[in-house]
Amino acid sequence: MTRRQLVVLGVVLIVACALPFFVSSYRSFQLTLALVYAIALLGLNMLTGYNGQISLGHGAFYAIGAYCAAILMDKFGVPYWATLPVAAAVCLGVGFLFGLPALRLEGVYLAVATLALGVSLPPLLKYQHLEQWTGGVQGIVIVKPDAPFGLPLNPDQWLYYFTLAVTVLMFLLAWNILRGRMGRAMIAIRDHHVATEAMGVNTAMVKSLTFGVSAMYTGIAGALGAIAVQFVAPDSFGPFLSIIFLVGVVIGGLASISGAIYGALFIQFVPNISDEISKAAPWAIFGVFLIGFVYLMPMGIAGAVRMAVARLTRKAQNP
Amino acid sequence: MKLQHATLAALLAAALASPAALAAKYDTGASDKEIKIGNINPYSGPASAYGTIGKTIAAYFKMVNDHGGINGRKIEFISYDDGYSPPKTVEMARKLVEQDQVLFIFQSLGTPPNSAIHKYMNAKKVPQLFVATGATKWNDPKDFPWTMGWQPNYQTEARIYAENILKNTPNAKIGILYQNDDYGKDYLKGFKDGLGAKASSMIVKEVSYETSDPTVDSQVVQLQASGADTFFNITTPKFAAQAIRKAYDTGWKPTQYLNNVSASIGAVLKPAGFEKCVGIISTAYYKDASDPQWKNDPAVKEWEAFMAKYYPEGNLADGSNQYGYAVAQTMVQVLKQAGDNLTRANIMKQAASLHNYRPEMLLPGIRINTSATDFAPIESEQLIKFDGKEWVRFGPIIGH
Repeated sequence: MTRRQLVVLGVVLIVACALPFFVSSYRSFQLTLALVYAIALLGLNMLTGYNGQISLGHGAFYAIGAYCAAILMDKFGVPYWATLPVAAAVCLGVGFLFGLPALRLEGVYLAVATLALGVSLPPLLKYQHLEQWTGGVQGIVIVKPDAPFGLPLNPDQWLYYFTLAVTVLMFLLAWNILRGRMGRAMIAIRDHHVATEAMGVNTAMVKSLTFGVSAMYTGIAGALGAIAVQFVAPDSFGPFLSIIFLVGVVIGGLASISGAIYGALFIQFVPNISDEISKAAPWAIFGVFLIGFVYLMPMGIAGAVRMAVARLTRKAQNP
Repeated sequence: MKLQHATLAALLAAALASPAALAAKYDTGASDKEIKIGNINPYSGPASAYGTIGKTIAAYFKMVNDHGGINGRKIEFISYDDGYSPPKTVEMARKLVEQDQVLFIFQSLGTPPNSAIHKYMNAKKVPQLFVATGATKWNDPKDFPWTMGWQPNYQTEARIYAENILKNTPNAKIGILYQNDDYGKDYLKGFKDGLGAKASSMIVKEVSYETSDPTVDSQVVQLQASGADTFFNITTPKFAAQAIRKAYDTGWKPTQYLNNVSASIGAVLKPAGFEKCVGIISTAYYKDASDPQWKNDPAVKEWEAFMAKYYPEGNLADGSNQYGYAVAQTMVQVLKQAGDNLTRANIMKQAASLHNYRPEMLLPGIRINTSATDFAPIESEQLIKFDGKEWVRFGPIIGH
């Protein structure tokens, strides 16, 4: 990381820390959700952007994470922060296991297989023999945590800082994974898997692991999302959620860590803007935004930012 | 000097008695000029068919404003889309309460979305009024004093059918088709409670479907194969029409009970085919505008005129538009009763003080009554039977 990047990162973090004191608690709540989505998108981006596997079923992992948190808090009285490692472990396991057979599928075929995961989970959550745990269609209501140690923060502000801390941790972890051996193997598989295999990389293992880690990220996001929203129900995790995640990854910028943040801000705020523009067809307006972004920023928002910075520095160097 | 005091006292008394001196009381969202009302509706997503309710309500409030508003105040109606997704509902409710600063939220739609904001609204002490769901849990003034339903609840209705079956065909073999969600299960529970001890022997088959299923044909065939002679149809309009048609086409001729959710002639019976619907029993609480018997009814005519002027793109055959109209009328009645005391507490108090109020769209004899311990506005319905052309009401108004 260059010195300039470090400075930018520092400034972004300071702004992120100061925000809750300047905005309403409703906005803090929205920003918390944006951070939650950023973690989920980062997970999906590892899989799709870095490893070249398309998933239309990540909403399912988000749901599994959310239900882990909700069931643990509601039925077992586990504190909210302790639910995150459990959600992470469960989703890592499920994702890895799902990744094993899914390996045989490439590109769009994998996408269709994962779509099955996304569409089949909500009815499963309603299944009557699981109802004593999942609450069936009625879902589970959970209690919002208060700030600990008597900190002078309201629950929304506290949850924002908690989520921010988790987000920073997850981003650091992703940054470490992606620039290391594992990350290089992931990218190599995406670009030319035969050549990668010839170089001695266990592609099957790397692909399954990527799927697992990706699911783990999304599961942690799901758990945080459930704690922030204080409610889970099958209707919260329809197939559309998986698609909107993929949209966020593409709009934010494929194979870009910062892209996850841009994408998260997009999927959090643009649907609200569309709704305010038109009640009759909010998703048509959303579609217009989508086309506009894809057309104007083919490399995603992260790509556009990178290009703009490059152009500005070049100008600064040779005026 | 004495006289002066007396005059002063008289003047003061006069000033206090005149309405101008009575200070109006307001909470966030109300002022001398306007009343801010929030609403959350699924304009997109799986339940978007109900989005038309929000549009009807907006049109109704526009009409009220055109006629001078309520006690001189205009209604500002802010409605957001949640796509029937509970997390979005939470976000929108918080936006309405914390950012738009509405006085209360009115007619948020669906059981899961309303469940998601139930605790929040009650913790914030902001009324969550006349929610658009027939679940039974909204009538709980002790634990949730800021939430109230409006329509008759599903369990009560299902009990009416059960009683009718026990009375007329005590040896019936019943097959049930229900939607696999809270709505379907609420009906199922009410129905079984109504049958009591005989439920397990009378019900020979229960099958469910998901809203994502393309048809319910195979479910109907299963019910027929079970040997049932009575069919309780707990489905939403599209599936109701399919089930009625399939039951007829396969030659199964059971006695049919159809839930009120799908008792619309225009949206269900007509697409299914009138000849296939003869003899179906259901319940009603408002006048179906697509039923010829109400063609010249003044309330229905008034509604049609309203639709033509304020919501011309709305579908006249869609009962949701009548529902929205009647529930908006109820809301206006509450606001009128509240007068100049527009605090959240008083809005709840007035909503819980409706006495024999009648939106004229309701069936003759049905009235809205609420009290501090009764948060269920409409509690009565009447059995109806389809004669091939229109619904024929029979029996007394059931409920109170």
